[in-house]
Amino acid sequence: MSSAGLPDGPARAGAAVGGPPPEEAAPAAPVAVIAAHGDLAAGLVSAVAQITGRGALLAAVSNRGRGPSELEAELRALVDAGPVRAVFTDLPGGSCTMAARRVQRDHPGLALATGVNLAALLEFVCAAAAGDEPGRAPPAADETAATVERALDRGRASIVALGGPR
Amino acid sequence: MPLVLYRIDDRLIHGQVVVGWGRPLDVGFLVLVDDEVATSEWEQELYRMAVPPEMDVVFASVTEAARDHARYRADARPGMLLTGNVAAMHALVDAVAAADPAGAVRAVNLGGLHHRPGRVQRMRYVFADPAEEGELRAIAAAGVTVTAQDVPNARPVPLADVLSGRGDG
Repeated sequence: MSSAGLPDGPARAGAAVGGPPPEEAAPAAPVAVIAAHGDLAAGLVSAVAQITGRGALLAAVSNRGRGPSELEAELRALVDAGPVRAVFTDLPGGSCTMAARRVQRDHPGLALATGVNLAALLEFVCAAAAGDEPGRAPPAADETAATVERALDRGRASIVALGGPR
Repeated sequence: MPLVLYRIDDRLIHGQVVVGWGRPLDVGFLVLVDDEVATSEWEQELYRMAVPPEMDVVFASVTEAARDHARYRADARPGMLLTGNVAAMHALVDAVAAADPAGAVRAVNLGGLHHRPGRVQRMRYVFADPAEEGELRAIAAAGVTVTAQDVPNARPVPLADVLSGRGDG
């Protein structure tokens, strides 16, 4: 772990001086979906890409202008299509969470976490990238759940009031 | 206290409802009126999870909601009633007029009807098919003010403007 609180690991290799910008790291199939209001999901993916170069491990979905069946269909298609093993949403009571719960009902191994923030995603992506070596089998559902739980711990710990009046 | 909002929204309980309207209106309970949800424990648990601890949620069929409408109105807390489609709200408006005339529905908020085959877009967040448009007109013809308004600080758009496609103007 770096002194800045960011995980070390393969995801940081793209940040080397003279190498390609992190946002241009080699594309990979998404292993998690962020589903959120407005442009939040795309913004979080952009931030993860800027910091780790591993934004391609995340797919962004917005609920803007989408009804519940459309949103569920989009999430379901992403989960059905590839190695997606986790969905992160923004609000417990939001339509993204509701749609993801319906998808999870048919995919019991899918991890679902709500209230996501950038720190949590960085932890998850770095862990996912570390396990993303060629030839390595995808993690089991319980391993993914543990990774998500660690990511949420990191996310919770990152919410801190600093200075100012108390 | 009368119910403070009757809302048609195909997402039922979600962020706009719980936070966008729920907080400024200080909503203490939601009445989710949907015949399918009213008979499904799984669906009820899904929606219950979406509601903050300080807010109660009641699940009811249209028939049950009309029967219990006077009781909802007697609750001291502000309440919000939701249906996921126009037909359910139309049926409820008619049933309440018969079962609880003193508490007849005066206004209906059109909060979100999204794209699906057969529907025509009327506003950014309102799509409707001809049958739904007919039901909305019938609700209005019963003396109910129908306006589209997704969040509290948006302008309430009269039904005539919604159906003529001028709502986003």
